[in-house]
Amino acid sequence: MTLTFTRKEMLPPQAPPVSQIGVVRWMRENLFSGPLNSILTIVSILVVWWIISHIGPWFTNAVWYAGSLAECRQILDGATGACFGVIRDRWSQLLYGFYPSNLFWRPNLAMVLMVVALAPILFSAVPRKLLWFSAVYPAIAFWLLWGGSFWVPVAVLAGFGAGYGAFRILAPLSSLLSMLAGVAAAVIWWVFLALPLAGVLQSVAPLALQQVASRDFGGFMLSIIIGVTGIALSLPLGIMLALGRKSDMPLIKVVCVGFIEFIRGVPLITLLFTASLLLNYFLPPGTNFDIILRVIIMVTLFAAAYMAEVIRGGLAALPRGQYEAADALGLDYWKAQRLIIMPQALKISIPGIVNTFIGLFKDTTLVVFIGLLDPIGLSNAIRADTNWNGIYWELFVFIGLCFFIFCFGMSRYSMYLERKLKTDHR
Amino acid sequence: MSELVIDKDIDRSKMKISNEVAIHIGKMNKWYGQFHVLRDIDMTVHRGERIVVCGPSGSGKSTLIRCINRLEEHQQGQIIVDGTELTSDLKNIDKVRSEVGMVFQHFNLFPHLTILENCTLAPIWVRKVPKKEAEEIAMHFLQKVKIPEQALKYPGQLSGGQQQRVAIARSLCMKPRIMLFDEPTSALDPEMIKEVLDTMIQLAEEGMTMICVTHEMGFAQAVANRVIFMDQGQIVEQNEPREFFRNPQSDRTKLFLSQILGH
Ligand SMILES: Nc1ncnc2c1ncn2[C@@H]1O[C@H](COP(=O)(O)OP(=O)(O)O)[C@@H](O)[C@H]1O
Ligand SMILES: [Mg+2]
Repeated sequence: MTLTFTRKEMLPPQAPPVSQIGVVRWMRENLFSGPLNSILTIVSILVVWWIISHIGPWFTNAVWYAGSLAECRQILDGATGACFGVIRDRWSQLLYGFYPSNLFWRPNLAMVLMVVALAPILFSAVPRKLLWFSAVYPAIAFWLLWGGSFWVPVAVLAGFGAGYGAFRILAPLSSLLSMLAGVAAAVIWWVFLALPLAGVLQSVAPLALQQVASRDFGGFMLSIIIGVTGIALSLPLGIMLALGRKSDMPLIKVVCVGFIEFIRGVPLITLLFTASLLLNYFLPPGTNFDIILRVIIMVTLFAAAYMAEVIRGGLAALPRGQYEAADALGLDYWKAQRLIIMPQALKISIPGIVNTFIGLFKDTTLVVFIGLLDPIGLSNAIRADTNWNGIYWELFVFIGLCFFIFCFGMSRYSMYLERKLKTDHR
Repeated sequence: MSELVIDKDIDRSKMKISNEVAIHIGKMNKWYGQFHVLRDIDMTVHRGERIVVCGPSGSGKSTLIRCINRLEEHQQGQIIVDGTELTSDLKNIDKVRSEVGMVFQHFNLFPHLTILENCTLAPIWVRKVPKKEAEEIAMHFLQKVKIPEQALKYPGQLSGGQQQRVAIARSLCMKPRIMLFDEPTSALDPEMIKEVLDTMIQLAEEGMTMICVTHEMGFAQAVANRVIFMDQGQIVEQNEPREFFRNPQSDRTKLFLSQILGH
């Protein structure tokens, strides 16, 4: 026996055996890796097939052109099938409620501008200058949606200017004093000066859109108004509550803890009923406090309490060294929060924050119980029409799909943001 | 606890101790609840001094230097830094903190900011230096700690030794007159300790007033002009390094030195 060996010809590379590549390999590894898995795979396939074969025809036979449920049934002639004719017939109501149809351009324009206003907030590649537009967008949207004098939102915006002015004048004296003065100046402006000023400006330069009452708002427009405003307001409020809860000042701490625990302990629907009924008793008689505004306030407070706890979790995850390093560099409390603590705490909390956002957005459907016509409320209204009496699934599928698109979008965005902000390289 | 030999020739031409008092601590006491952590601390640091503080774990070394920039509050006695007395007055605290740099055991870099941003943050927001100028200053100090090429990376991408050098550069960007070090090398692997000590030696050579809590006795011997030994919240012994190591007076010091030097 000899141990020496010399290769005469080199072997060319060969393709791997079929069982080791591509689909076959994947199936072997993932679907049929053992008798139990093979059985589970086959059972699952059967279940999926059973579901598709029962639900599939409902979609494939769907009737899109019909003016009533009866007509639809006639066209289907006994076969199962959806009657999406109702969506064609009533889409405008599902989207806008009873908003006057000749004014649809206003919510449409507000929606387009919202995308523009959100762009610089959501994507850092968008020029920062656009943030100015984001800042004034709420006033523009308010004017477009509700109409009325152009000068009302302008006067309200000017309140922020008044507050900032007071803050700047007193800033050299004391930071606490100047902050209080800023808030006081803005509130005084809004309560006493804003409306008279708007009236004067309106008489000098009349500029107004036809007014639309809040009770005509409905559908996804309403959901988006309440949802987006609630989201935009609940995040800063939640941050302040979370900071307040960790504050050294006992009074602030007690107020924040009390608020958070109270709101979390009460169902949202109770708060909404409070908004729709009880507030009227507490408010001075004659004040007309818009119902949508009341709902927005309640939804915001509700989400903010949850947000505060989510953010507190993020704060707790930060090592003490981060606070100490910020202190040692001479950053004051607010600068340390803004530049060091919050960017990290919020980043950690993104999944929880988006969770709260999604919850808030879906909770907007609860306003149906206080008589506002959100999409669910409108589906009831549509059924009240004899043409569409008895139609359920088609409307719910459509409404569910729309909500899904929004919520899924938020979820994808949060994943994108997490990836983008990942700098710890762990 | 290594006996790292400092083989570098140290340039002592600028290591001058002036008569000016940089830090004065008088009859200072501190409690954590019932626990008397610092007891009757008396200490005066002149400008240009390099002081090494050592002592067993839990003896209050960190607490002492953290009192100097008010990361901890003292309850009795007096701490005067650069002529400013530390009281609950926030203005004084801010003033002291912007003049005293601090380097921590665990670096405490800001992980969401790049190295450059870590260094420019405080100059921009506290000293109100224009961004461009702050970046120039930052690059100058990053060069000094020998990592200018890492400026655009994030802290998580650097080794421990590099991170600690960035932390030193970050403090220096505020142009402090006093530097405090709290065990700057004890979280590092042995091969990285040297690069950090070299940076600290370089600072000492430039005449920086420094207080270092460290167990690097080689560093103490080479650079310090005074070694302070603490135990149970009090200063037990202080001396110039040669005498301190060769001829310790108290039994506690002897015991500590025998443990730390391992013979
Ligand atoms: N925040 C705190 N609360 C209560 N006790 C503390 C706190 N920080 C430190 N201590 C205690 O004070 C003592 C001194 O701590 P420290 O100054 O960190 O010691 P050293 O740095 O010398 O190891 C230790 O016994 C420690 O347990
Ligand atoms: Mg310590």
